[in-house]
Amino acid sequence: MGRAKGAIVVDIEKCKGCNICVVNCPTDVIELSKEVNGKGYPYAYMENPENCTGCANCALVCPDGVIEVYRVIV
Amino acid sequence: MDIKDIIKPENKVYSKTSLMTDNALSYCPGCGHGTAHRIVMEVIEEMGIAHDTIGVAPVGCSVLAYDFMDIDMTQAAHGRAPAVATGIKRLWPDKFVFTYQGDGDLAAIGTAETIHACNRGENIVIIFVNNGIYGMTGGQMAPTTLGGMKSSTSPFGRDIGTMGNPIKMTELVANLPGVYFASRQAVHKPSNVRKAKKAIRQAFENQKEKKGLSIVEIVSNCNSGWKMAPVQSNIWMEENMFPYYPLGDIKVDDVILGK
Amino acid sequence: MSELKLMKGNEAVAEAAIRAGADAYFGYPITPQSEVLEYLMSEQPEKRTGMIVLQAESEVAAINMVYGAAGTGKRVMTSSSSPGISLKQEGISYIAGAELPCLIVNVVRGGPGLGTIQPSQADYFQSTKGGGHGDYRLIVLAPASVQEMSDFVKLGFELAFKYRNPVLMLSDGVIGQMMEKVELFDQQPRLDYFDPAWTTTGKTDDRGRNIITSLDLDPYLMEKHNQMLQAKYRKIEELEVRVEEIMIEDAEYIFVAYGSSARISQKAVELARAKGIKAGLLRPKTLFPFPKRIISELADRVKGFLSVEMSAGQMVEDVRLAVNGKVWVEHFGRYGGVVHSPNEVLDALENLIEKK
Repeated sequence: MGRAKGAIVVDIEKCKGCNICVVNCPTDVIELSKEVNGKGYPYAYMENPENCTGCANCALVCPDGVIEVYRVIV
Repeated sequence: MDIKDIIKPENKVYSKTSLMTDNALSYCPGCGHGTAHRIVMEVIEEMGIAHDTIGVAPVGCSVLAYDFMDIDMTQAAHGRAPAVATGIKRLWPDKFVFTYQGDGDLAAIGTAETIHACNRGENIVIIFVNNGIYGMTGGQMAPTTLGGMKSSTSPFGRDIGTMGNPIKMTELVANLPGVYFASRQAVHKPSNVRKAKKAIRQAFENQKEKKGLSIVEIVSNCNSGWKMAPVQSNIWMEENMFPYYPLGDIKVDDVILGK
Repeated sequence: MSELKLMKGNEAVAEAAIRAGADAYFGYPITPQSEVLEYLMSEQPEKRTGMIVLQAESEVAAINMVYGAAGTGKRVMTSSSSPGISLKQEGISYIAGAELPCLIVNVVRGGPGLGTIQPSQADYFQSTKGGGHGDYRLIVLAPASVQEMSDFVKLGFELAFKYRNPVLMLSDGVIGQMMEKVELFDQQPRLDYFDPAWTTTGKTDDRGRNIITSLDLDPYLMEKHNQMLQAKYRKIEELEVRVEEIMIEDAEYIFVAYGSSARISQKAVELARAKGIKAGLLRPKTLFPFPKRIISELADRVKGFLSVEMSAGQMVEDVRLAVNGKVWVEHFGRYGGVVHSPNEVLDALENLIEKK
């Protein structure tokens, strides 16, 4: 059985920077940006993309539904 | 492996359901309402009942739920959602009807409508989001505000002696014979989201089987009303709300658990 | 074939509801209109036509059940009496704002407060000027007989759907409780068409979703919605005025009266005529729209108007507006649950003729 590799895509303009995905990521992939979006919020991004397993925990808890999750088995 | 090779349509494992509109949610950053909305819509999508479902939005933060839920919806007067849902369901018994209500709506001004819809065993689903405060009007004391908890109308903390006790509405209605299923869940962590969604699915399956009323309470945060950062509010919720409003099923298949 | 029956006014409302093909009735007991719910429960319309009847936990719940069901395009109604109608006002305002069709029956009793269970017409302002919060109007029908208690149920549903507007039948304890011969109309079918443009029956691929709401946070859009409502009300005023005119061709003095007061005033017309006073009766069957133009035209050729109401004088204000100072307009009426007699009405007219 292979290893899961994942990635997320964040709808930056709809992200409100609440940080809930960050604390719920089991592999410390996500951080909040230093810059802000058009609404003035920092937004979630993959700071450590190599750690992402595509578990989708971030998307499950994202109140604004702005995270898409992709996953492949390598 | 390059990220570009992972982010391909065939590798997508999660995105918001198409039953959530593309409108930006009007809720504060980190508010559990958005997650609660989404899992209700996911259940409706997974059951394939979007064309046969009518939702009832309350007055409160989720008054505009119909802007986000891409199904037929009716916006009810404050507290009256269970009566509105009754009117719809009685005339369309084969449609799926649910209300989505906050604690002020369901447990204060709408207490009579809630209790009697439950007591009649209306074959509907009630989604009850309890964050212990009136969020939309700016953080006033709710019927579910904890003892000692500060709000704009209990600035020195809720004094139980003069302001009454926080009401455990789901336990209260679980005692009524018309209620077939009652559960209390949360949506702040992945495992909680999964359990909450399972409970909501059960509630809609009960409606399909015409079992009577199912109520799913979601204990949630109100970081604006509680005056905390989103993550901090979730920790506060675990430490303070959950002991008073313990999570888990309360009544399953018409039987109150632990009795 | 129509059917002749001796019935109470309240029973006629209930029987007419079944025959009009109503889909549901939601109500709560209150004197003097409880016979509506009682008749429906004993008649078991679910077996006759499939009509749903439900006793709600309150008038508030009942009107909100109406709101929910009306939003799905069904033909639904409720009834109550004054204090209960006050409780329904929140829901009626929402129904008017969301533009839903429904029928509400008020069998008026004396107020204010808990008042009395005796007949009254003191809910005129509440019925015709909106009643709840916001700028809205109900179509208000005023039956003066058991026959009209039946006929106006059918008419009420027709108007409610024609304009997507709540219709209020403003009756009173006299008409509700008295027994008369009534010719019942034939059974109408229940609705099987639900307008896809607005009803919430579950979205379809064709129409997308529908939303029933009275909310718009944008004041400019809300103003636009209000303007659209006002345009509808003007159209109703133009097209839907209904009156009965009794001996007004040569009349010098006009009684303006609706409901049971009109019946009493009709007798007063006879008594006046016997004494050589040329009196006539104008009976509005619709209180909104109010017969403004008819009254204004009458004012060009009569000497005075007496508004006869079982209230301290409410409709008289609308008569005065219509007459606009051309001739005198006065009010007479017993109230608080007391019903005036034809002789009292005639005395009031004679006193005015002498004074003016």
